[in-house]
Amino acid sequence: MYAQMVETGLKNVRTVDDMSEEERAFQERIDAGIKIEAKDWMPEAYRKTLVRQISQHAHSEIVGQLPEGNWVTRAPTLKRKSILLAKIQDEAGHGLYLYSAAETLGVSRDELLAALHSGKAKYSSIFNYPTLSWADMGAIGWLVDGSAIINQIPLCRCSYGPYSRAMIRVCKEESFHARQGYDIMMALARGTPEQKAMAQDALNRWWWPSLMMFGPSDADSVNSAQSSKWRIKLFSNDELRQRMVDQTVPQAEFLGLTIPDPDLKWNAERGSYDFGEIDWSEFHNVLKGNGPCNRERLRTRVKAWDDGEWFRDALVAHAEKKQAKKAAA
Amino acid sequence: MSKEWPLWEVFIRSQHGLAHKHVGSLHAPDAEMAVNNARDVYTRRNEGVSIWVVRAADIVASSPADKGALFEPSNSKVYRHPTFFPMPEEVKNL
Repeated sequence: MYAQMVETGLKNVRTVDDMSEEERAFQERIDAGIKIEAKDWMPEAYRKTLVRQISQHAHSEIVGQLPEGNWVTRAPTLKRKSILLAKIQDEAGHGLYLYSAAETLGVSRDELLAALHSGKAKYSSIFNYPTLSWADMGAIGWLVDGSAIINQIPLCRCSYGPYSRAMIRVCKEESFHARQGYDIMMALARGTPEQKAMAQDALNRWWWPSLMMFGPSDADSVNSAQSSKWRIKLFSNDELRQRMVDQTVPQAEFLGLTIPDPDLKWNAERGSYDFGEIDWSEFHNVLKGNGPCNRERLRTRVKAWDDGEWFRDALVAHAEKKQAKKAAA
Repeated sequence: MSKEWPLWEVFIRSQHGLAHKHVGSLHAPDAEMAVNNARDVYTRRNEGVSIWVVRAADIVASSPADKGALFEPSNSKVYRHPTFFPMPEEVKNL
């Protein structure tokens, strides 16, 4: 998802016999639905996994601003431009909530950003695809933010207090993102044949990458099994993906657009849609850094950070000068 | 790497005259910027009418290990709740 294939560093799911007394008490609290807070005792692997998961999530929010930034100056109307700016500002806010949550685990935001900028930390594969037309702003809000909501709503109930509270804030704001996207798609789908074709083209390009966002099947993954036990992952990748397909197909039908999957078909027995094979080689290739925009995204991000350095430093110098004056007075 | 900005805890009072409530934290070089940043990060949708910021380093918190000593004494004092005293139905306004 926004955090894909998060490592726990463990080879096997921890059993009661592996656990120390402290760890057993910790697991019992989680099983009882009691939130873990920053200062509570926690196993090192839980802490490290959460740092990875939350920072990856935060990085995705921050890098996720870049594909949309591409269209701010070219939005079709002032109203659409204001809405897009507000959405992008929300993404920055979501990144900040999440960095704060990660910082409660004993890492600093600047350390996490340094890991992003060096290419060591990952962010969601989805943001390495280009935004070629205005319709992509619609498809991203509808499909990408739609998928994010499906992933994030369960995380509001996750075991780590600061993460769950950040998710609650994010989810409250996220449905604006999905709706403004669908609104763009509706306007295009009801427009001229060329506009409708733009909407269809955007759906064609974003559909499969959106399904890949949930990550490969994790039915046999030790990392996922351990994360579920810790309640920092509440549903499997396949369950969440199925939910996304089931809720999105009728929305596409309403728009009069076609999902680009010849194998997509309603399965009355399962009460769900069956859908075609996902090209996981593409996903792994994007994760490895070879997606269409990986290099450009990172370059833009690093440039923004480096170009802003003199300003961040100036603010510190100003604060120190004021402080010194106050002390002298 | 340049110096990291200190961490601030943010408290917001919502519209209806309630107390300031902790909403999250942020980094800022000084108090003035912390208020400005809090405005942008935590009140984009009319969440409040007043902002407090406090340096996180200045907050003194109780420790989870002291939970028993701090909070258990009140467990046994159920008579502090009005529901401890059943009232006859015919007695009104109590």
